[in-house]
Amino acid sequence: MQLKRVVITGLGVVSPYGRGVDILMAGLLAGRSAVQYIPELAEVGGLRGRVAALVPAGIDPKEIPRKHRRSMSAMSVYATLASQDALNQAGLFPQDWSDGQMGICLGSTVGSTQATEAFFKDYFIDQSLERMKSTLFFQIMNHSCAANVAQTLEITGRILAPSAACSTGCQAIGYAYEMIAMGKQKMMLCGGADEFHPLTAATFDVMNAASTRFNASPTSTPRPFDCRRDGVVCAEGAGILLLEEFEAARSRGARILAEVAGFATVSDPSNIANPNSAAMERCMRKALADARLEPEAVDYVNAHATATEQGDVAEAEALARMFGRKVSVSSLKGHMGHTMAASGSIELIASLEMMRMGLLVPTLNLEEIDPACGGIRHVLAIEEHRLESFVKNNFALGGVNSSIVVRRYPHD
Amino acid sequence: MTDSQIIELINSSLAEEFELNPDDMTPEANLYTDLELDSLDTVDMVIVLEGAFKFKIREEEAIREIRTLADIHRFVIAKKRAMESA
Repeated sequence: MQLKRVVITGLGVVSPYGRGVDILMAGLLAGRSAVQYIPELAEVGGLRGRVAALVPAGIDPKEIPRKHRRSMSAMSVYATLASQDALNQAGLFPQDWSDGQMGICLGSTVGSTQATEAFFKDYFIDQSLERMKSTLFFQIMNHSCAANVAQTLEITGRILAPSAACSTGCQAIGYAYEMIAMGKQKMMLCGGADEFHPLTAATFDVMNAASTRFNASPTSTPRPFDCRRDGVVCAEGAGILLLEEFEAARSRGARILAEVAGFATVSDPSNIANPNSAAMERCMRKALADARLEPEAVDYVNAHATATEQGDVAEAEALARMFGRKVSVSSLKGHMGHTMAASGSIELIASLEMMRMGLLVPTLNLEEIDPACGGIRHVLAIEEHRLESFVKNNFALGGVNSSIVVRRYPHD
Repeated sequence: MTDSQIIELINSSLAEEFELNPDDMTPEANLYTDLELDSLDTVDMVIVLEGAFKFKIREEEAIREIRTLADIHRFVIAKKRAMESA
């Protein structure tokens, strides 16, 4: 039961398009793929996919003072810069959160694999710990991003670092929403962040769930819902939202971007890797019930749809049962790959921008709809559409489903 | 290595590791109050110096007395000279 209303007042993004919400939307609306051929991946034995969507040059970690940066890997840098941007948009300054009323809920799929690899590379030379830097642990611990952002921005409320693979960002926003709804915090920075490492790509490749057939034409993959889809393309970035308790936001005159209306996350114990359509539907229905909305009230679903053979079908079937062809559906993975823990928050931010602009971004590379994904209304070109409410889905390895319902503010 | 070469290597290694401004790196500069290093940095400082000079100093009592850049210069020079004469 929701006790207090929760609104969104700040957004920050570091994505494969670069830093900033405007840059993200410019890339999405231009239909420009951020996926590239990565030559270094050819050097990894057994890895078949050679494509990824990486954060481009131009992000300057030195914006963050050394004392804070020394304990950060790339994912914490992305998260910190995105958090700063979200606070700037919300018009907040450090004195506004010095009272302990702001918490942080920010996760990644794992700690820094890059830092772990660098350590073990050195360790295996002579099995010595003598060259181990004191800041290594802070980069590889599971709550690295949350801790680093909290230290840098001097956040003194709750600190939480959910980790649920591809559901991480969505869960982080949901848990932050619940903390504010319960009256435990007035403000929460929340979202997900990740950095690319070949091991991430290999995780999907070994399960035959990574895209491997488009190495020569990287922008043609991933292909959510398309007949020729062949799997996930890994990406990186951070998406951060600032959530606030509604009355507090209104009383300080904050510009309210939208309202978080409902959230659900459910475990799907049917299989640790395979998606299950019924469990996805159960999750979305619970989120809508939390929002006290009927499926008919939903205008758009930003799908998880990573372009795997099974996942896209399971999600499309769940959506078809719930919404038929009445609700527009698209996936942003075709544009920028799968930003992992950040995908929930980056894609939710893009959906908020679609709501603000009155435009729907289509699924890039969806050229021939797989008949098994045909029971829903796909967005195939940019459409003008006034959104009153939308659903953001994420479904993760490990059987972790999550859905968030967002409503326009103000609404009836 | 001459004393001045040792001092140069110490300063350049610490400047790179801790992003210090060479203008601030006067011999009398206090590591904590002037150069704003902290306990984590001093752990890494030992690792950086061990890497630069190929010696082991972590367990040496004299390290605990180091406060200024000049203290480091003196300590490392003495250590290098002791190694040469050993």
